[in-house]
Amino acid sequence: MSPDTHRDRTLPILGAVLLAVIVFGPLLPKWALFLLTIALAKGLVSLGLMLQLRAGLVSFGQALYYCIGGYTAGSLGRFFDISDMLLQMICGAFAAAFVALILGFLLARYRGIFYGLLSMALSMILYGLLAKSESLGSTDGINILPSTVFGIRPAQEWVRYVVIVTGCSVAVLATALVHRYLKTPLGRLAPAIKDNEIRVEYMGASVRRAIHVKYVIAAALSGIGGALAATAVGHIDPDMAYWTTSGEFIFIAILAGTRSVVAPFLGAVIFGIIHTTAFDLSPNTWQMTLGISLLLVIVFLPEGLWSLFGRRKAA
Amino acid sequence: MAVVLDARDLNKHFGAVTAAMNVSAAIEQDSVVGLIGTNGAGKTTFINMITGYIKPDTGSIVFNGRDITALAPRDITRIGICRSFQIPQLYASLTVFENMMVGLGVVLHNAGLGGFFSRGRPNVPGYDAPAQEVAERILERFGLSDYRDKNAQVLPGGVRKLLDIALTMAAKPSILLLDEPTSGVSAEEKFGMMEMVMAAVKAEGATVLFVEHDMEVVSRFAQRVLAFYDGRIIADAAPEIALADPEVKRYVVGGELHRMDEEQGKANA
Repeated sequence: MSPDTHRDRTLPILGAVLLAVIVFGPLLPKWALFLLTIALAKGLVSLGLMLQLRAGLVSFGQALYYCIGGYTAGSLGRFFDISDMLLQMICGAFAAAFVALILGFLLARYRGIFYGLLSMALSMILYGLLAKSESLGSTDGINILPSTVFGIRPAQEWVRYVVIVTGCSVAVLATALVHRYLKTPLGRLAPAIKDNEIRVEYMGASVRRAIHVKYVIAAALSGIGGALAATAVGHIDPDMAYWTTSGEFIFIAILAGTRSVVAPFLGAVIFGIIHTTAFDLSPNTWQMTLGISLLLVIVFLPEGLWSLFGRRKAA
Repeated sequence: MAVVLDARDLNKHFGAVTAAMNVSAAIEQDSVVGLIGTNGAGKTTFINMITGYIKPDTGSIVFNGRDITALAPRDITRIGICRSFQIPQLYASLTVFENMMVGLGVVLHNAGLGGFFSRGRPNVPGYDAPAQEVAERILERFGLSDYRDKNAQVLPGGVRKLLDIALTMAAKPSILLLDEPTSGVSAEEKFGMMEMVMAAVKAEGATVLFVEHDMEVVSRFAQRVLAFYDGRIIADAAPEIALADPEVKRYVVGGELHRMDEEQGKANA
């Protein structure tokens, strides 16, 4: 917005993260690679949520596009015998973006609680449809074909590493593009939309169109995330669209705040650690630990994790 | 001078309430027009119809030969008709400079500049300078440079008004509609503020319509006055003529005094 008074380190950070994954990935245990891959996938979805949050919109149904991404990846394998994870992520992004392009005409008309609940209703409709769809495995879901990259199937001990490096490459590229978008006039419109839609319209911009664009970008990111998660887990089921899954993404987005495009990934890693640890220590009350964590974040870090790293770190 | 904006027979009803009745006015280029009238007389309705916020039931609005009656507010802004508000409409969480940059960003975006693949610092259409320089220049003209990095929500009332008007300048308007630019500003500051606003607006060459309740301000700054009463224009003339009009004196200028006289008369009776 104003001339940058600090150096924007977002792209170097993204590059460093990718490099770290490539270099240190082989040293990490498989379970850690798996957790990080899932964190990447959820981080992508939460990045999409962040785009909407910046404009003052909370989607309680982002799992809709996470699920579409996952089922696109699954369907490519089941019906077309396509196991290339890059292709799965690209198709997941396009399928989700296409659905969002259509639903966006409806969603972009609503604000506040109506936007949130309508988005949740749409995701629950998909959940219901998938739960009744026998060709897609009904409530049991379907398995994903073993991943390949550019037609090559990695050896069993390298699968997790290849998946995370491929996923991280795509995530870094997508995040860099979002970062670039946020620096365009349309991207910078988000806080203005949150503050005063009337003024935005009287400056000559279409609020509805700006929200529609953000909604489609968020869906594409979620589609990539869903396809990546499906590849990593090797299985998809309708729970990917369930409202509690959307709740996880909101948890991560609140944890991350809206100041940086890197924050959702950090938030997703921390969420993964809290979730895994809480479940390990107390399988019956892990939700309580998550709830207390969220409470602490809201009370002590109202602007999310990134507020720890300085007041004015821009996206 | 050439007519730049032509409102023809505008009518607007809200249920049983008549907000505009056969309102017609041809606004000449580079003129400064004062809109006067008591509350509810139809001044803001007139501005709202011109800027597309509400649509007239009948009648048309023509801008530079183009019928703009059905256009949305953003489209009307894009063709060069901008407005300020009685209650300033700002981006409260952003600084004064950021407020300006959002506006200039929209102008760049609408001009096909500053998009995803753009590089460098494109010039803002109409200003021939990059957005940062234009923002600084406009802020300076409106005396807002000292508030540059302050959040809009902590600004004093008069400064908020000025920023609201400064924001309209981002789109380099050819017609500017100011809705009560001095309301909420102390009597001592009104003239200084209007001097500054008019100087800044005229420096960019815009036709101005402003709603005002202070007749001294109207006399001093308007070249022409449109007096509204009960949804109609009851006088359309130079200030010295319009303000001396018996109807205007009765219903607009002296409305308050007239009512007080009537009340006094009843009390004495």
